[in-house]
Amino acid sequence: MPLTPERVEQKLRERFPGLAFERQVGEAVRDYTLIVPADSLVEICTFLRDDAELDFGMLPWMGGADYLPRVPRFETIYNLLSLSNALRFTLKVRIGDEQPRVPSVVGVWPTANWHERETYDFYGIEFTGHPDLTRILLPDEWQGWPLRKDSPLGYEEVAFTHNTPNRILPSPALKKLAPKKVKYRAQ
Amino acid sequence: MTINMGPQHPSTHGVLRVALELDGETIVACKPIIGYLHTGMEKQAEYKTYTQSIPQTDRMDYISPMSNNLAFCLAAEKILGVEPPARVQAIRVLLAELTRISSHAVWMGTHAIDIGALTVFWYTFREREKVLSIYDHVAGARMTSSYFRVGGLSRDIPEGFLDRCEKFVDEMPAHIDEYESLLTKNPIWIARTQGVALLSAKDAVAWGVTGPSLRGSGVNYDIRKAEPYSGYDTYQFDVPVGRDGDAYSRYVVRCAEMRESVKIAKQAIQRIRELGEFGPYRVRDFKYVLPPKEEVKTSMEALIHHFKIVAHGFFPPVGEAYSAVEAPKGELGFYMVSDGSPRPWRMKVRSPSFINLQALPLMVQGRMIADVIAAIGSIDIVLGEVDR
Amino acid sequence: MADTRDPKPFRTLASIPAPRELVMPKSEEENLYEEVERGVLFTKVESMVGWAMNQARANAIWPLGFGLACCAIEMMAIAGPRFDVSRFGAEVFRGSPRQADLMIVAGRVSIKMAPVVRQLYEQMPDPKWVIAMGACSSCGGVFNNYAILQGVDKIVPVDVYVPGCPPRPEALLHGIMKLQEKILLSRPELGPIPRRRLKKKGVA
Repeated sequence: MPLTPERVEQKLRERFPGLAFERQVGEAVRDYTLIVPADSLVEICTFLRDDAELDFGMLPWMGGADYLPRVPRFETIYNLLSLSNALRFTLKVRIGDEQPRVPSVVGVWPTANWHERETYDFYGIEFTGHPDLTRILLPDEWQGWPLRKDSPLGYEEVAFTHNTPNRILPSPALKKLAPKKVKYRAQ
Repeated sequence: MTINMGPQHPSTHGVLRVALELDGETIVACKPIIGYLHTGMEKQAEYKTYTQSIPQTDRMDYISPMSNNLAFCLAAEKILGVEPPARVQAIRVLLAELTRISSHAVWMGTHAIDIGALTVFWYTFREREKVLSIYDHVAGARMTSSYFRVGGLSRDIPEGFLDRCEKFVDEMPAHIDEYESLLTKNPIWIARTQGVALLSAKDAVAWGVTGPSLRGSGVNYDIRKAEPYSGYDTYQFDVPVGRDGDAYSRYVVRCAEMRESVKIAKQAIQRIRELGEFGPYRVRDFKYVLPPKEEVKTSMEALIHHFKIVAHGFFPPVGEAYSAVEAPKGELGFYMVSDGSPRPWRMKVRSPSFINLQALPLMVQGRMIADVIAAIGSIDIVLGEVDR
Repeated sequence: MADTRDPKPFRTLASIPAPRELVMPKSEEENLYEEVERGVLFTKVESMVGWAMNQARANAIWPLGFGLACCAIEMMAIAGPRFDVSRFGAEVFRGSPRQADLMIVAGRVSIKMAPVVRQLYEQMPDPKWVIAMGACSSCGGVFNNYAILQGVDKIVPVDVYVPGCPPRPEALLHGIMKLQEKILLSRPELGPIPRRRLKKKGVA
């Protein structure tokens, strides 16, 4: 019998009876997603990886998201893949606003290292227990967290002659290089 | 001694910087430093409608634009719950496989240059130009095609397109033989790649490596077989798997993959011919997809739909989806969250190069400095995709 | 018996005698004038030097092998078999900025990369030129956001802007030819333009 996501959820509930698991439901939630408490994330992930039947040996990606007006505001998403069952399973952790903190899963899957650094870089979510939590894509001296919803896009106004009156015009010496205007005569 | 390689270095395939700690010529520690091409695409996608985001995806992995378009469109279609007609899927498969051939050709040329074999570059770029002319014919642009749309294609395939593809596909196996005759038994090539940049199957899985790099380590995992999309389950093809997990077996896997792509492309051409060389190229679901131009000129409702979609964009249901394709470099996926507005609330890209590059220190630890070049080349990274 | 064979069976063009009536005896003076007209040019010393330098610079541009993003692949394509940039003498892509005299900024420049680009430009020896290839390096292109510098001309002076996203290789070749025209119009015999004159013109 092939492994189903329902079976994974059932096994998790059996293994961790005291924890509050919540399945995400919605009109167009297309993947089987389970919201798990942040404190026991590492134990859950270790169980999912080491259980012989489940065998979620790969973490294809993890990332963050910001749902600003909502409380709790942040989410981290973990997409797990079981190669032997060809099954994907998604875990989510919801985190509050001030000083968002999640335990790091680098010890479970080493590939989470750069993903967590990227999430830290974009959202400022701290991963406790991460070996080297520094900025990865943005410069080290960057201020702020660009992908948070309250951070602006950083749009720069395009300079036209009508909105920049003091624009430096090209020097007359360069006019020699400009293509010559051709006058077309009516037939 | 610590030595800095890049960000301007001819063989780092872009603006990758690698900080190497050396003992003589042996590498003690290696740390890739990325972000020199960070473009903020994930943020910008939140400010653009779904259709406006498609051109951004071309510029992510600019060697295989069609695969990126395909991954984006599949993720959006998954949220919408629409499935394009079989003819459209066959055209997508054909173009995605041509993309794979061209991407592997570019990889082979540049990788060979890095290792010191300049000649291969002239051969592989010749075939790449042919694929780009095919793109030019079908989409109007050489590299940044933006041809696929959510729910179909931007326009129908032009006249003579299939013949052109067929001609290319027919002569491609002979060209692959040519490349192989230059490299496969070349003693310098073997000395530079065999036993270099080793990655065991266990490490590859733990570090999330996908694509030819994973299959080169002996793990038989291909999304086209495991989670088929666009009707890949109805095509006959094999998944080549390497044995040793070194740079040479990745090369062997990619060569074999090009031959498999030729096989798939032939079947796709056959299928498009059966389903009609010209025909509908979009879903008839005008809530999300533009109606055909002829109907816009004759039917009032179609005109209203056209206006609404062009002016506002379409309004998907609230939800989220992750969808992945087997891009030439590995698993390329888009995770999209929709809040019901015409712009995605969050778009996350699972880019294969970013994750494959992370395994670079593993491959070069305790090796010679010249092996770093071979290792970077063999995992086939594109910095546009690493930094996004 | 005498040998009747032709002593010179293979005649060169010079060995064929011209028709008798066209052969005119030439004085030594006439020969000298002819020689001078063929191979010697009269000009002022300083403009001669400038002309020769311009010719040399324009027809042997050494670009810096420095790719950033998508445009870099099209830049590689001009060195490839179909578009062969060596027809214009610019095929010697240099790995080190100290040996290059043209920087093709091929792709988007991020805020993190901008200091590096500036440093590379400063490492190049004078005279040096810059081509901004593509929409991103010319004005930011489609990426108008927090991460991308809106035009490389904010950090280095640009000589030629090549439009396109990415430009076709033909467009880049056209840009290189425009740069050659610009180099041929320059006046290297005057030396570098003094800074105070530039300030008076409001350029620097």
